[in-house]
Amino acid sequence: MQLTKKRLAIFTMLMTVIYFVPLINLPDSIVGTRGENLMLFVPKVFFLSLTAAISTGILLVLILKRNYVKEQISTFLRYRHLLKLLVKRDFIMRYRKSVLGILWSLLNPLLTMLVITMVFSFIFKNQVDNFPVYLLSGQIIFGFFSESTTQSMQSILSSESIIRKIYVPKYIFPMAKVFSSLLNLLFSFLAFLLVFIITGANFSWTMLLLPIPIIYTFVFSLGISMLLSSMAVFFRDLTYLYSVFITLLTYLTPLFYPVSILPEKVVPVIGFNPMYHYVDYARSVALYSTVPDLWSNIVCLGFALAALCIGTFVFMNQQEKYILYM
Amino acid sequence: MNVESAIEVNDVSMMFHLSKDRIVGLKEYIIKAVKRQLFYEEFWALRNISFDVKKGEVFGIMGLNGAGKSTLLRIIAGVFKPTKGYVVINGAISPLLELGAGFSPEFSARDNIYMNGAMYGHSPKFMDKLYNEIIEFAELKDFENVALKNFSTGMSARLGFSIATSVQPDILIVDEVLGVGDYLFRKKCEDRINAMISNGATVLIVSHSISTIKEMCTRAILLEKGEVKCLGNVDEVCEVYGDNL
Repeated sequence: MQLTKKRLAIFTMLMTVIYFVPLINLPDSIVGTRGENLMLFVPKVFFLSLTAAISTGILLVLILKRNYVKEQISTFLRYRHLLKLLVKRDFIMRYRKSVLGILWSLLNPLLTMLVITMVFSFIFKNQVDNFPVYLLSGQIIFGFFSESTTQSMQSILSSESIIRKIYVPKYIFPMAKVFSSLLNLLFSFLAFLLVFIITGANFSWTMLLLPIPIIYTFVFSLGISMLLSSMAVFFRDLTYLYSVFITLLTYLTPLFYPVSILPEKVVPVIGFNPMYHYVDYARSVALYSTVPDLWSNIVCLGFALAALCIGTFVFMNQQEKYILYM
Repeated sequence: MNVESAIEVNDVSMMFHLSKDRIVGLKEYIIKAVKRQLFYEEFWALRNISFDVKKGEVFGIMGLNGAGKSTLLRIIAGVFKPTKGYVVINGAISPLLELGAGFSPEFSARDNIYMNGAMYGHSPKFMDKLYNEIIEFAELKDFENVALKNFSTGMSARLGFSIATSVQPDILIVDEVLGVGDYLFRKKCEDRINAMISNGATVLIVSHSISTIKEMCTRAILLEKGEVKCLGNVDEVCEVYGDNL
């Protein structure tokens, strides 16, 4: 049987429903106490089954279209050096002609932290322990997302001269931007460690789990970047809209305020913000020395995979048209 | 597919949108969609082109300006995807469509060589081996660390040609690039292309000049307003082209 897009969509929907039923009977340790609130329980199980369905869908595509996938992988491997060089060039361009050079990657989060800490640590004095670390752990995750998506949005348009003349896989361009933001994140992480040590916070072994939320955020950002870079070709004013959206998202993510100050009605809304989950995950391993339960992992993974699927799908479908609109 | 052919073009058509005022914003798009003004004119740059090029053959593409030659070459090079039809390529392609495509002026010749190599899918290690030869052929030994924005047009073109032809390709696509550089360098380019032909490369040449095509090609195609006017032996095609002028 042919694997068409329509059939895949129907399959995913069907699988979501099929997974939904047995998942309701899962032990409390995974989906949380049933009694807590039906309003929260049903969306939770729905997310769970959706993630499972998307994963099954991805597996199905990988198996049924293995020839196509193999071809794509070998193309990617052929052009991996281009990816590497683009990231390197980005890095050099960022710091050339600046006196402090790479130090800026370290200084930037530190200075931002300093300013915000001065303002907000008075307001939330009794609600947040170790405000600088609380702020920075959220900031580096969120900063990575907003920087990578904003930068990659323009990546297709600004590579016009290459895309017009040579064949290269076009997804390399947004991908390179996400990778160079990841590189930047590593420097910001050094700043985070510095503040961590200075403020005398407790190290715990859960700190070693920090790559997990970073990987989730990376996959999520990659998906969104592919989607945005593709759409920006057709709608140039999306850039302005997106910068407004990012500002909004900054306030909707508990970066410099504790979740506890939010009115109870708003909390479920925040639950639909993927960035909240990634920031929360990073904080719980770095700051609170807890290992997130399966449920948080599933939410994070679900958002990441969904973004990646949608982004890849839109990008691959539209990529032949870019050249006609540039 | 036919094992003998290097390039197989199957019923290829290419359509471009010609809209009078291009819609570039979401706002405009919504306004026009509401007003039902989302019309555009279709422009067929190519219509139902079919031909195949045998391995080792030197094939010419002729036609007046706007006949669709460059569009056809880009489709073969994989830059455009045809609206209808398909192209089968058998072997590694080296397109000399536009020399210095993807050069970044801020960076030195050395960086650009590696970058350009990566765009053709070569690893930095592989480029290490070619590096000296590329610089030497382009005669830029003294300028390898100079930023490209300080290069003259001729120097950039020389570098572009040198990189693109540093590897013996199975298929070489030449789009009138021989017109760059001074007489001496042009001679060098021609020699290199001839060497590639004698090494068994399949070559696709686009040119306005009847004499170039006659001299180098065995078969040719003549395009007129996106359609095949004449396809076959080079003498026949040149005769039709000459009559048309």
